[in-house]
Amino acid sequence: MQFMLLFSRQGKLRLQKWYVPLSDKEKKKITRELVQTVLARKPKMCSFLEWRDLKIVYKRYASLYFCCAIEDQDNELITLEIIHRYVELLDKYFGSVCELDIIFNFEKAYFILDEFLLGGEVQETSKKNVLKAIEQADLLQEGGAEAEGERESLKQTPY
Amino acid sequence: MALKMVKGSIDRMFDKNLQDLVRGIRNHKEDEAKYISQCIDEIKQELKQDNIAVKANAVCKLTYLQMLGYDISWAAFNIIEVMSASKFTFKRIGYLAASQCFHEGTDVIMLTTNQIRKDLSSPSQYDTGVALTGLSCFVTPDLARDLANDIMTLMSHTKPYIRKKAVLIMYKVFLKYPESLRPAFPRLKEKLEDPDPGVQSAAVNVICELARRNPKNYLSLAPLFFKLMTSSTNNWVLIKIIKLFGALTPLEPRLGKKLIEPLTNLIHRFSVSVLISLSSGMPNHSASIQVLKYLGLLAMSKILRTHPKSVQAHKDLVLQCLDDKDESIRLRALDLLYGMVSKKNLVEIVKKLMSHVDKAEGTTYRDELLTKIIDICSQCNYQHITNFQWYISVLVELTRLEGTRHGHLIAAQMLDVAIRVKAIRKFAVSQMSALLDSAHLVASSTQRNGICEVLYAAAWICGEFSEHLQEPHQTLEAMLRPKVTTLPGHIQAVYVQNVVKLYASILQQKEQAAEPEAAQEVTQLMVDRLPQFVQSADLEVQERASCILQLVKHIQKLQAKDVPVAEEVSALFAGELNPVAPKAQKKVPVPEGLDLDAWINEPPSDSESEDEKPKAIFHDEEQRQAKQRQPEADEEELARRREARKQEQANNPFYIKSSPSPQKVRLDVPGVEHIPVVQIDLSVPLKVPGMPMSDQYVKLEEERRHRQRLERDKKRKKKKDKDKKGKPRRHGSLHTESDDDLAPAQQVDIVTEEMPENALPSDEDDKDPNDPYRALDIDLDNPHVLQRSPLIHASTPVTHGSVAREPQCVPFLRGPTGGRRLKADHDLCVLFQKSSKHKKKKHKKEKEERSKDKKKSKKKKPPGDEAAEPVENGALDEEPLPVRGTSLANPDLALQTYDIQGSLQKDSQVTVSVVLENQSSSFLKNMELNVLDSLNTKLARPEGSSVHDGVPVPFQLPPGISNEAQFVFTIQSIVMAQKLKGTLSFIAKNDEGSTHEKLDFKLHFSCTSYLVTTPCYSDAFAKLLESGDLSMSSIKVDGISMSFQNLLAKICFHHHFSVVERVDSCASMYSRSIQGHHVCLLVKKSVSVDGKCSDSTLLSNLLEEMKATLAKC
Repeated sequence: MQFMLLFSRQGKLRLQKWYVPLSDKEKKKITRELVQTVLARKPKMCSFLEWRDLKIVYKRYASLYFCCAIEDQDNELITLEIIHRYVELLDKYFGSVCELDIIFNFEKAYFILDEFLLGGEVQETSKKNVLKAIEQADLLQEGGAEAEGERESLKQTPY
Repeated sequence: MALKMVKGSIDRMFDKNLQDLVRGIRNHKEDEAKYISQCIDEIKQELKQDNIAVKANAVCKLTYLQMLGYDISWAAFNIIEVMSASKFTFKRIGYLAASQCFHEGTDVIMLTTNQIRKDLSSPSQYDTGVALTGLSCFVTPDLARDLANDIMTLMSHTKPYIRKKAVLIMYKVFLKYPESLRPAFPRLKEKLEDPDPGVQSAAVNVICELARRNPKNYLSLAPLFFKLMTSSTNNWVLIKIIKLFGALTPLEPRLGKKLIEPLTNLIHRFSVSVLISLSSGMPNHSASIQVLKYLGLLAMSKILRTHPKSVQAHKDLVLQCLDDKDESIRLRALDLLYGMVSKKNLVEIVKKLMSHVDKAEGTTYRDELLTKIIDICSQCNYQHITNFQWYISVLVELTRLEGTRHGHLIAAQMLDVAIRVKAIRKFAVSQMSALLDSAHLVASSTQRNGICEVLYAAAWICGEFSEHLQEPHQTLEAMLRPKVTTLPGHIQAVYVQNVVKLYASILQQKEQAAEPEAAQEVTQLMVDRLPQFVQSADLEVQERASCILQLVKHIQKLQAKDVPVAEEVSALFAGELNPVAPKAQKKVPVPEGLDLDAWINEPPSDSESEDEKPKAIFHDEEQRQAKQRQPEADEEELARRREARKQEQANNPFYIKSSPSPQKVRLDVPGVEHIPVVQIDLSVPLKVPGMPMSDQYVKLEEERRHRQRLERDKKRKKKKDKDKKGKPRRHGSLHTESDDDLAPAQQVDIVTEEMPENALPSDEDDKDPNDPYRALDIDLDNPHVLQRSPLIHASTPVTHGSVAREPQCVPFLRGPTGGRRLKADHDLCVLFQKSSKHKKKKHKKEKEERSKDKKKSKKKKPPGDEAAEPVENGALDEEPLPVRGTSLANPDLALQTYDIQGSLQKDSQVTVSVVLENQSSSFLKNMELNVLDSLNTKLARPEGSSVHDGVPVPFQLPPGISNEAQFVFTIQSIVMAQKLKGTLSFIAKNDEGSTHEKLDFKLHFSCTSYLVTTPCYSDAFAKLLESGDLSMSSIKVDGISMSFQNLLAKICFHHHFSVVERVDSCASMYSRSIQGHHVCLLVKKSVSVDGKCSDSTLLSNLLEEMKATLAKC
C-alpha cells in the first residue's frame, strides 16, 4: 500500500499516512486531486478506480471516506478488507466511533493504524492483539503522565 | 532555576492543548488562516521553552496542522528533540510527527540515527516499537545502511511484538539498501516458522512481496510455503501465500499439480465465509453489485490471457459495460476489449467505441477511449486490420475530437501507417490533403488544441508522397495560407520543409507537361508566400524559410532564363525513407578497435585559467553550430554534399540502406485495383471529409466479405459438382468463417522496422534501470554469491550500483589467495570445489579469469597452507576461495558457512550455519559432517556417539539444490581464535552408480564471533569503566580515509559492538562475550582504539582482528 487517506464529505482531510517518502508539495497535490476525484463519484459506483499508475480503493463510512492507494499487482478486495478492519479497530477502541472521535483524537487514530499496518503491510491480523498493544501503550503513557503530574506538584511545594 | 520551572508550569496552564486547537479551528471557520497563523506563533513560543512536555504538546499540535496542509518543516529539529525525550508519552508524539513530515530530503534526518539506534535497543518494547513504526515511514538509504544490523538483531528479539515489527520493516530496509537482503535472508526464512502467528504472517508478507518481484530466487522456499499453506488457518496469510504461488507456478510447472488439492480444500472451506464477508462488508446492495461487476471484468481480463476464446463469447456483455455510469467499470471493459478484438470484429468494436467517443463527457475518459482505439488497432503490428483505408478514415474522424491531448498519437499513427503500408499511401495522401484543406477547422481558434498535431503528420505525408497528390497545386496553396502561421513552431517548420517537396514535384509535373508559365506561376506563389514564415518567431521556421526562400529565388532566376530546373530540385529529395526500429541504434555493436572513451582531441590542458575556460568552450560551440547550420543555402553546394554523403554511405557498412525487401515487391499485385474507392467531394468545404466514411467502410467491408463468401461458395459448389460424394463441410449461409479466412482488402505489406544486420539480441531493453525492485534481484540460493554482501556493504557504503554490477570477479583479481581466507565477523571459512556452473553466459569471462586465478593460486599455495597470508584480501574475505581437496575427483559440492552465532543463554555454545549446495548432476545423500575436535572446541554430537562419529546432515540434496544446516559447537575458552579441520562425507548417486566422496574444509572461529551485540547505557558504561576490573590495551591504525560515522558502523557491524555515546570525534562502544566478558572501547577519529576488557588475552586478540578490518578501510 502506498498511502491511506481519511477525509470527510466536505473534502477535509482527517488523517493521512504515507508509506512512500514524498515531499509535502507532492503529498498535497495528490491529496487534493484524489479527494476531488473520489468525492465526484456517485454513491452507487464501485469502490475502485485507476489513478495515475495506482489503483485507488475507497469506501465510505457515514460521513468519512477511507481511501487507500495500492499498486497494480495488489489485490483490491483485501484492501477493502483492510479498510474495514481498521474501521472495526477504531470502533472497538473508541466505542462506536464517529468522525469527531478521529478529529479530536487524531493521534490515537494514528497509533492504532501504526499497530495494524507497518510500512504499508498488514502487521497484525488479530484485532485482539492490536487493541491489546494500544491499551498497554496507553497505560504506559497515562502512567508516565501521572508520574509526571506528581513530580511536578512535588517540585512546586517547597517554594 | 526553580522559578523558571514554576513559570513553565504556569505557562502550561494557559497553553492550548490539541483539543483546544481543534475546537478553536472549528470555531473560527471564517478566518481560519488568521487563527492558525496566530496558533503557529504561539507554538513557536512554546517550542522555545525548556519544558519537554510543552514542546511535545506543541509538536502534537503541529502534526495536526501539518495534516491541514501547513508547512511544519521548520520544526524538524524540535521534533527530533521530542523524539529523544525519555518518556514514552512524548517519544510517541515525536515519532508520530517525524513519520508524518520527514522525507528523504529532510536534512536533519541524519541526526536521528543514534537516537533511533538507542530506542531500538531500549528495554521497553513499546519504545522499540514506536521507533520501528516511525522508521518505517521515513527510512532513507543512509538510515537503512546504518541500522540494518540493529534491526536484524531485533528480528530475534524475545518479544513477538518486536519481532514482527522488525521483520516487516526489513522489507523497507531491503528496498533502500538491497545489500542487506543477503545477510538478513536466512533469519527471515527462519521467521517463517516462528511460533508466534503475527511474526509468521509478517515474514510471509515480506517474502511474498520480495518474491513477487523476482520469483525465481524464491523457488526453493516452495516446500516451506506449501507446508504453511496446508497448516495455517490465518486467512490473511493464506491469501498472501496463494499469491506467492501464483508467481512461482509459471516457473516450476510441477508446483501446479501439487497445489490443486490443497487449493480445492481451501476453496471449499472458504467460499462460504468469503460470500458472507462480502455481503456483510457491503451493506449497500447496489454498491456491492458494482464491486462485483468490476471484479468480474477484472477476472475476465485475467482469463483472457489464457483462454481468449471463452471470453470473446461475452463481447456483447463487455460492450454493454461501456455504457456503465461508472468510469472505473468502463475503463476495465476497455482493457478487456483490447484483448478481445479479432480481424472479424475489429471494425464493429471500433465503431462502437467511436460512438462512445462522441457521447463521452469529460476529457480524461475521452482521451482514454482515443488511446484505446489506437492501441486496439495498432496492436501486434496492425495484425487485426484488414482494411487500412478504413483505419485511415477512423484516424481522420478522430481528429474531429476537440480538446484532446493525444493529437500527437494520432499523428504518429498516420505517419506510421503511411510509411509502412505502401499500398495505402495514395489514399492516405488524398485524405491528408483534405485535412490540410480544412486545417482551419481542425486547428480552429484554440492554439493550445492538441489536435493540431495531426497537421504535422498531414503536411509531412503530403510532402513526402507528393507524387500521389491529385491536386498538388491546391494543397500547396492550402499549406501556404496565412493562417498557418498561427500553428505551433514545430508544425510550421514541417510545413515549410514539405512545401518545398511539394513544389519540387509540381515543378517536375509542369516541366514535363511543357507548361513553363505554370511553373513560373508556382515559383511566384512561393516567393510571395514564404516571407510570412521568414518573419516567424520560431527559430527553426525562420531559418528553414529563409534558406528555402533563397533557393526559390535562385530557381526563379534560372526559370527566367528558361533553364529546366525541376530535375535538380527534385533531386534534393531523392531516395526513400525506411522505418528504423527504435532500438536499432542501440543494437549496433561497437566495432572492434573503437574505443569510445578515448579522447579524439587532446584534452584541454589544465594550465588554462579558470576564468577563460568556460568562455572558450562556449565560443567554440557556437562556431561549430553555426557551421552546421549553414548548408542548404546553396543548391549546388547541397548537391555536391549529397553526392559526397551518398559516396560515404556506400562505403559505410553501418549505414542502413534502403534495400527492396522481397515483401515490397509484392506491392504491385493488382489487389489495390478492386478496392471500391470512395470519391470524396472536396468541393463541399465545411464538411470534414472522411468523417462519414468509417461507417461506409463497415458496409463496404461487409459487402466485400459477402462477395468473398459468394466466390468461395461458388468455388466450393464447383468442387462439389465435380466431387459429389464430398460432404458439405460448411453451410454457405452461416457466418462460420474463421479469422484466417478473411482475406485483407488490400495486399498489404507492413514494412517491418529495420534493424542493423549484426544487432545483438538482448532481452534487457525493457528493464527499467531505475526500478527499485531490480536491485533486490539477488539469487539467494546461490552460495557462491551469498556471502558477498555483509563486508562489501560495510566497506563501500555509497556505490551500491557498482558493487551490484561487478559481483564475482572482485576477489579473484585481488592477489592470489589460495586455500584460506581471513575470517571476518559473521562468516567463516568457506570452501568449495567448483566455481559456480550455474552462472549465465554473461559471466563467462569472469569465470575464465577466475579459473585462471584458481590455477595460479593452486600452484603458489598448496591447500591447507595458511601460514603467510596477505592481509589486503581481508576486506573481501567473505568471498569464498577455492580449496582444492586432494582426494576429490569431482565432488561438485559447495559448502559454506555464513553465520556463527553465540547465544547468551548457553554461555559456551555457538551455532554455525552452513549452506550446502549441490552443483553436480548427481544426487547427494547420507551427508555427514565431522570435525577434528580440539581440546577447546568440540562439535556437539548426538548422545551416545563417539568423537570420531560425524553429525548427519538432516536432508538430502538433489542436483542444483542448496539447503542450510546448523551445527552446534561447545567452546571452553573463548579468548583465542580457533581453527578446526573437518570433513564432509557423502554419497553421490547418478546414472552410473553411486560413489562415496568426501570434502575437507576448515572452520575459523574468530574472537569476534563470540561477541554478542548488547546495548549499554552511558551510566552503566561509566560504572563499568570506573570499577577497575578491566585490563587495558590499545591499537592505532593509520591511513583511514573513511568517515568516522562509517567507521563506527563498520565496527558495529563486523565486531558486534554497539555505540554507547558519541561526542564529536570520539565514541565509546560496548559489547559482551557469550561468557560474560565486558568489552569497552574508546574509538577516536585519528584512528586509535583503546579497549578495556575483563580478559586481557581476549582483548588483545579482538583488537588484532579489529586492526585487520580497519586496515582495509
